[in-house]
Amino acid sequence: MPLRLPFRLIPRAQPSQRMLLIAPLLAVTLTLVVGLGIFAALGQNPLVAFRVFFIDPVSDINGVSELLLKASPLCLIALGLAIGFRANIWNIGAEGQMYLGGIFATGLAIHFHENGGPWLLPAMILAGAVGGALWASITAFLRAQLRTNEILVSLMLTYVADLLVKYLVYGPWQDPQSNNFPFTVSFSDDALFPVLMNWWDWLEGTRINLSLLITVVAVPLAWLFMDKSFVGFQLSVAGLAPAAARYAGFSEKRMVWIALLIGGAAAGLAGVTEVAGPIGQLNDRWTPGYGFTAIIVAALGRLNAFGIVLAALLMALLYLGGEAAQISLQLPKAISQVFQGLLLMFLLGCDVLVNYRVARRMPANALVNA
Amino acid sequence: MIESLNPLLASAIAAAIPLILAALGELVVERSGVLNLGLEGMMLIGALASFVAVAHGGGLAASVIAAMAAGAMIALVFGFVTLTLQANQVAAGLSLTILGTGISAFLGRQYVGFRAPASFADLPIPGLSELPLLGPSLFSMNLLGYATIALLGGVAWFLYRTRAGLALRCIGESPVVARSLGLPVIPVRYAAVAFGGAMAGLAGCYYAVAQFKMWQEGLTSGNGWIALALVVFATWRPLRVGIGALLFGGVSALGLYLQAINVQVSVFALSSLPYLATIIVLAFISSNQNAIRRNAPASLGKAFHADG
Repeated sequence: MPLRLPFRLIPRAQPSQRMLLIAPLLAVTLTLVVGLGIFAALGQNPLVAFRVFFIDPVSDINGVSELLLKASPLCLIALGLAIGFRANIWNIGAEGQMYLGGIFATGLAIHFHENGGPWLLPAMILAGAVGGALWASITAFLRAQLRTNEILVSLMLTYVADLLVKYLVYGPWQDPQSNNFPFTVSFSDDALFPVLMNWWDWLEGTRINLSLLITVVAVPLAWLFMDKSFVGFQLSVAGLAPAAARYAGFSEKRMVWIALLIGGAAAGLAGVTEVAGPIGQLNDRWTPGYGFTAIIVAALGRLNAFGIVLAALLMALLYLGGEAAQISLQLPKAISQVFQGLLLMFLLGCDVLVNYRVARRMPANALVNA
Repeated sequence: MIESLNPLLASAIAAAIPLILAALGELVVERSGVLNLGLEGMMLIGALASFVAVAHGGGLAASVIAAMAAGAMIALVFGFVTLTLQANQVAAGLSLTILGTGISAFLGRQYVGFRAPASFADLPIPGLSELPLLGPSLFSMNLLGYATIALLGGVAWFLYRTRAGLALRCIGESPVVARSLGLPVIPVRYAAVAFGGAMAGLAGCYYAVAQFKMWQEGLTSGNGWIALALVVFATWRPLRVGIGALLFGGVSALGLYLQAINVQVSVFALSSLPYLATIIVLAFISSNQNAIRRNAPASLGKAFHADG
């Protein structure tokens, strides 16, 4: 054995419920420790960096609003993904499904730019969900009918969706007044989520908007679906014990369709909340990779609706911290992606504690002496 | 007429080489029963490492060594998490991609916008390179290109003609049987994962130092995922990886070629060709489930706990 570890792993009879909760906390702690180490290695005072990254961004009402603005789409996408992940259906193309949601909503917003009405925003929301679900249905069809690997297909489609956005904003949908910059016209008020500060003075200056309501409604709905409905139960069985699901006669094709259509629709909705929210148009770099980050959110939240809310808030904080570190510490923004990757890797590592007990390895001669 | 195909063939081969390198590494990993989806991340790490080595005057040999070492090192992180700590391989592979993309973007920031001071030159083989059609493309590659051909043969020979290759395939089919035969399951899987990382790193080196001659965030633009698809396309046979890579390389080259001769199709539509081709080919291959089931390593992606 090249890797003689000083401990050995003993399988548990039952997954430890306690460790299921402790592992994510442990992973967050480890990421923090490594993060502070990285800051120190870069010649930054770790405590100052910690404050800039994790405290300052949320120290006023504007910061909290920005946090919610980022957490909301992350949460929405992750809820949809978690439904599929429970059934071992790995839709990792949420980013592309989100693009399509944005594209469908933008199509309406541009077409009815001059003659909108109060119906426009609801129509865009619906169109976005349909767009995301349609894009995911390509993956669902191939997986259900031909058993094509959904990981690769959904990811390839993300690259195609990215090129589709670029084609539109450099081509037919480009704002004529943009001087050839890749963006569409700014949406009319009818095509935008109303900002909450219109109603509450104490939110003055913040960008948080009504789209938050979609996520607030989606969380309990997702919980009911995943943990209280029969279909949710079927999905979980299919993930935990595929053979049992087959004997019980649960249709695998149906699960694939359900998982991917819900995941796609949720991602599409998130796309609408972005283009009709803080962005207010479609451009070629409108998302910081929410679709991929949501995979981490789903895993960190233990595929549980309420866990996902907490995980989304934490990931949103990582984004804000990365932006703050770029501005005040001149560190590349990619630092947040490093943290995201570390966090997921640590989480996966710590998850060993859920299914295994760690015991000290006996010295080789212990048996002889006993 | 034939001469006008030369640039097309040459760029098809140039696009195929890194795909072959990455897919060959992944093929060995998967043949040992491990599914590492982190190719894209390992390639980016390798690409940056090679560019840093060459940018600081280390030369081409240093760039190759740096790329392979960096790729293998980050792969071993994946190995530790999945093989020792028994984590889900799909999730760990995704996290390796996120981590590799993040680390390379973070550390590579200061190298953006510089040109590589050295690159791999084409080495035409006298005589052969003057052959019509294939000569100028196949026999006028750079060093990494020839090395790729050698590795292609080497991996095929290793898997099918050596005891160690047989042991590796046995471990991929049934780790339980392999263990009862006294084969070191976990160490072999570690070695395979490290090899896969080194090969992905080398593919990254090809992009950064040989092809683009620069570093840029996300330089590999999804080719790691195409290489993963290639392993399925090849039904886990090394020589078919070569054929598949040429096909994919041909599709990307066709896109560039059509742009060059000013065909009235959007650049973005042409750029999406390799991704669409991947989907179509995957769908086509998977419609023949028998071929997949017959060839896929039986224990692929499943954790194995060696109890001790």
